[in-house]
Amino acid sequence: MSTKRVESTQKTNELIDKLREKHGTELMFHQSGGCCDGSAPMCFEVGDFMVGSRDVKLGEIHGSEFFMSPEQFDYIKGTHLTIDVVEGRGSSFSIEIPLGVRFIAISRLYTNEELENLEEIEVE
Amino acid sequence: MGFEKPKFKEKYENFIGGKWVAPVDGNYFEAISPIDNGVMTKVAQSNKKDVQLAVDAGWAGFESWGKTSVTERSAVLNKIADAMEANLEMLAIAETWDNGKAIRETINADLPLAIDHFRYFASVIRSESGSISDLDSNTVSQEIHEPLGVVGQIIPWNFPLLMAAWKIAPAIAAGNCVVLKPAEQTPVSILLMMEVIADVLPAGVINIVNGFGPECGKPLALNPGIRKIGFTGETTTGKLIMQYASENIIPVTLELGGKSPNIFMESIMEKDDAFFDKAIEGLVLFAFNQGEVCTCPSRALIQESIYEPFMKRVLARVEAIKMGDPLDSSTMMGAQASTDQYEKILHYINIGKEEGAELLAGGDKFENDAYPNGCYIQPTIFKGNNKMRIFQEEIFGPVLSVTTFKDLDEALEIANDTIYGLGAGVWTRDVHEMQTLTRGIQAGRVWANCYHAYPAHASFGGYKLSGIGRETHMMMLNNYRHTKNILTSYNTHALGFF
Repeated sequence: MSTKRVESTQKTNELIDKLREKHGTELMFHQSGGCCDGSAPMCFEVGDFMVGSRDVKLGEIHGSEFFMSPEQFDYIKGTHLTIDVVEGRGSSFSIEIPLGVRFIAISRLYTNEELENLEEIEVE
Repeated sequence: MGFEKPKFKEKYENFIGGKWVAPVDGNYFEAISPIDNGVMTKVAQSNKKDVQLAVDAGWAGFESWGKTSVTERSAVLNKIADAMEANLEMLAIAETWDNGKAIRETINADLPLAIDHFRYFASVIRSESGSISDLDSNTVSQEIHEPLGVVGQIIPWNFPLLMAAWKIAPAIAAGNCVVLKPAEQTPVSILLMMEVIADVLPAGVINIVNGFGPECGKPLALNPGIRKIGFTGETTTGKLIMQYASENIIPVTLELGGKSPNIFMESIMEKDDAFFDKAIEGLVLFAFNQGEVCTCPSRALIQESIYEPFMKRVLARVEAIKMGDPLDSSTMMGAQASTDQYEKILHYINIGKEEGAELLAGGDKFENDAYPNGCYIQPTIFKGNNKMRIFQEEIFGPVLSVTTFKDLDEALEIANDTIYGLGAGVWTRDVHEMQTLTRGIQAGRVWANCYHAYPAHASFGGYKLSGIGRETHMMMLNNYRHTKNILTSYNTHALGFF
């Protein structure tokens, strides 16, 4: 079985369910970079954020697609991401913010075994 | 010297059309201070309806403000500056409590710079003009500046009042009215500033709506009544802002952060003098504002021939950084702005350790006896290489990544090996090196033998993914106005075509 590049915690799955119900629509994620609330995953209603034609899809968490820019993927590709939830008030347009929580990307290095079985991703 | 914890009202409404206006749906959210993670007050949790009220109030205000003379506008900007200056200490304390930063910074940097920004734009609009050209003996071309109308501005939480001043001052100086949404982590100090300046400000010129990004920021960016949107923050929201702006075909200004290199050439150690001392401080400025600066010099590149002795001096200076009560004027570093930032920074410190970077200082949270529940992190230094994530991703905390280089070419290669290009620093006694490096670095602001200076009369902005447009400097006025060309013919004869 191939190694997933992005996974989610139980807390994340529960929050995704809650947001799906609140918004009545499917959701997607886009990893942000840069200052302030950057370097964190942003959650949007599908169709609200225009995914870039070169953006890389890392996988799906709890049925929602997870993207990032190819430039960011280039230096993050050696690490596995787990999307978790922390208390706190972010800014940005990520839709969980009114609930007083933020999605956060927890990273760890892949094991050698995982590296050999990584899901293939095409990057332009 | 210690200052008293500030007192806030129980709750604050929005400032719209020169008045305090309750949010339409009656909702408020708790403003938390990262100093103790306690609730400081409540502010309006606005939505699309409140944004519409503010945009309407802006256009009502624009009826007269857009037609004021530069003399009148300049006088208002000066009065804003005077009112802020008369209340400098109160605003500085509020800013410290709202954001977490040390009081010595808000009193000596944030507030004086914000005040000066209004004075700077008050003065430059008095001394500039449009232009007139004689195109031929009968044709005159006039280039005239006109304001855009109502503009939307979404500001960050790292310098709440200063970033408000950077955006508001040029916009209103150019004759626009503003609808501004503060960051949800720091929504309060700007409201105290509005209380202080309300009497000198014509109604509708500055409108403040607080709320959450998806509920209040998004409808502001999408509102068809705004003629421009300015945003400072991260890249994904920056892309969304551009996408929304495309719906209404309005211009955007984006400032999206960086991973700024700070280069130290071996000549700095030729003498152990005042300049060398300045260079040491120049490196330690990564800890300024707890590292929550878009231009934080978060990558130090040090020539390998001086690495050991230079770092020895640097580490002694880092050890001397005093943490503690942000309201004590001897405290050098305060709290990170919010709990989620705090968690994110600690996580990046773990990434650095996992990637095998060598920990040279800090590396953990700071237990603050004065406020055990606050968000404090030790100034942290890693040594590693530029391919590591801690060298490539903006951490927005007091975390410095250090690496070495052999020669000037390698310094330049590492400095530019980043997707961002906002700030950079170069330290050398050699003028030839200085010229090659400052021109070779792909960044909008390069500090040469200094760092973290933000005068109003120097432009600021990014190359590459750090954003679009410039802030500060009088050139900013053109981001906030149209150019109208009036082409006049004094020839009484027809062209002869028809």
